[in-house]
Amino acid sequence: MTAAPVEQETPVGFDALRAEQIVIAFGGLVAVNDVSFNVPQGGIVSLIGPNGAGKTTFFNVLTGLYRPTAGRVYLDERDVTGKPPHKIAALGLARTFQNIRLFNLMTAEENVMVAMHSHLRSGITSTVFRLPWQRREERRAHDTSRELLEFVGIAKVRNEYARNLSYGDQRRLEVARALAVQPKVLLLDEPTAGMNPQESARFVDFVHQVRDEKNVSVLLIEHDMSVVMRVSERITVLDRGERIAEGGPDDIRANERVVEAYLGTKGTRDGRQRS
Amino acid sequence: MSTSTAMPRPSAGRSVGSYAWPVGFGVAVVLVFVFYRYWLPNIANSGEKLVADWFPITTLNLCVIWAIMAIGLNIVVGYAGLLDLGYVAFWAIGSYTGAWMMSSQFYQVTVHFGAPSSLGPNAPGLHFSFWLVLVAGAAFCALMGVIIGTPTLRLRSDYLAIVTLGFGEIIPQVFQNGDQEHMGFNLTSGTKGIGPIDPIGTGWLSNLKGVDPALGLSSYELPYKFLVYSLIAAFCVFVSLRIRRGRLGRAWLAIREDELAASMMGVSLVKTKLSAYAVGAVFGGLGGVCYATLVGSVFPNFSFNFSITILLMVVLGGMGNVWGVIIGALLIAWINYTGLAQFGNWINDQFNTHVNFTSWNFLIFGVILVLMMLFRREGLLPESRTRLIMREPARTELEVLGADIEAAEAENVAVAEETEEELVAAEPAPRDGDSS
Repeated sequence: MTAAPVEQETPVGFDALRAEQIVIAFGGLVAVNDVSFNVPQGGIVSLIGPNGAGKTTFFNVLTGLYRPTAGRVYLDERDVTGKPPHKIAALGLARTFQNIRLFNLMTAEENVMVAMHSHLRSGITSTVFRLPWQRREERRAHDTSRELLEFVGIAKVRNEYARNLSYGDQRRLEVARALAVQPKVLLLDEPTAGMNPQESARFVDFVHQVRDEKNVSVLLIEHDMSVVMRVSERITVLDRGERIAEGGPDDIRANERVVEAYLGTKGTRDGRQRS
Repeated sequence: MSTSTAMPRPSAGRSVGSYAWPVGFGVAVVLVFVFYRYWLPNIANSGEKLVADWFPITTLNLCVIWAIMAIGLNIVVGYAGLLDLGYVAFWAIGSYTGAWMMSSQFYQVTVHFGAPSSLGPNAPGLHFSFWLVLVAGAAFCALMGVIIGTPTLRLRSDYLAIVTLGFGEIIPQVFQNGDQEHMGFNLTSGTKGIGPIDPIGTGWLSNLKGVDPALGLSSYELPYKFLVYSLIAAFCVFVSLRIRRGRLGRAWLAIREDELAASMMGVSLVKTKLSAYAVGAVFGGLGGVCYATLVGSVFPNFSFNFSITILLMVVLGGMGNVWGVIIGALLIAWINYTGLAQFGNWINDQFNTHVNFTSWNFLIFGVILVLMMLFRREGLLPESRTRLIMREPARTELEVLGADIEAAEAENVAVAEETEEELVAAEPAPRDGDSS
């Protein structure tokens, strides 16, 4: 059986994730102002912007960690605004963390199995008495987690504690764990942080592989522009809480406001500014 | 997971060793029972006195009850990582449930159901079978756990500890003031307490040779009680271990490790914490009913000390490992009830002093705790994964922390250079070459 059988009954052009006019204010500080945004079904979309642009805040709204001051979030055309994180996750949104947040004292396999929580049914009684269906469910969960670990290429270390894995393996385990949620949309928060150029390059291929084989739409926050430009089908640029540009990699590369945002209007590269 | 697909684990003692402790527990219980029931009355007088002084069966029974409590608290503190400083509340609730259902407290009514025949059919009050009362006590505690936990468990670490502390103080107060004068209805007889509480009826087992129809308070019946309480402790161990390895146990551990990440992976924090709290409360209730039948009466003397002592047992024994926790409980309870006093007597006899050692127990526990924290933070018999965090630095701890990302990158570059040729030759689809 496959790990994440997402049923493809939705029409093409359908949004896997859509945020409408999101506003988030912390006290008087408006961190995100009126940002609309969508991830099309099966798309790979990036969210970029200089530090402090509000990317992570925006991410936290999507995952339910913050409730937006205004605006709505739709996952799979279902309104998930203000729902608690675990419900949004169960509805099909999974994420990885910029600074890895694995369950350190659990094995790689257990980490993945935790993420299946909302898809498993067994309760206290069936677990205590090990009813046949509970055993079957556990066996299936084991198989699925093994498949996922194989998929990300760390099946060999499945019985190691997460904290003992190498940095790269921990990043891969994060992806495997997120996939175990059976997401429709996968959010990757700076997934190539700490990777060298070769690893980043391989990661681009890996993202495509994940999208194609696991049938998920992908939303990335990323700082490494070479990765962003190669992996994204569409890029949205945030600056100071506002959306300043959206388009394909080539549009974004050529967009004046984006260059401005990254380099400043009175930067050293006057030539660029003029062109 | 089924036993047939035995998984190789980094933690030792999963396949063969996993039966060593349960079997050891069972054998120990049977040996103690046989010793106290059959051998002790027949050995020479001096030997009997030695055992009766150092290991009286009453103390052993109390030890087992404390162990049940510690196993329950281990679910909350050891598994789910929720610091509960008011666990005594469930002990009290369990004990009073037992007292209500097995005494003449509610003399206005007369209900008998499976009570030992020695009471006579006309004793007023509620008299239910011990086993039924166990179930009722557990269920009532679970309900109270949910009621107490629902508002409480939304809080995090320190705040949670303080609020649980509050509930641990409130519940005994309710029992203390639950008399005619304060409540307008005599619920608990206040400081006078409830008693006598019915003995444990043995039902059809009393047909066996040597088994009493009811296990009351006489020392002759205590070995049988030990057997009963140990059976209940075994049940608690069984449930702990089973749940630990299922969906819920994984969620508990995940919450202990990283609450936020767990919620992002679809684990409902409130539900998962509540279930830990409820299961812990159930064990507390079982222990409470046992305690009521052992002592034969219940008084509202459940103090904060109880909660702290149970917590000490869990920490000392090794958080997260049921067997460690049991050892911690047996040890501390024994020191508390008998060991310290006997040791003190012995010292006083030897050196002709008059030191009251029993009043020093909390000083001694404090010293033990300090020493443990200095030299064996993980406890006497820790869960293998807890030992890890106490003893070894995490491999990527430094790599992940801020400035050291550069160091990690340097390492990555070195690795990449080594495998550069491989990389060049590699096909576009990455990371699947080594998966078999």
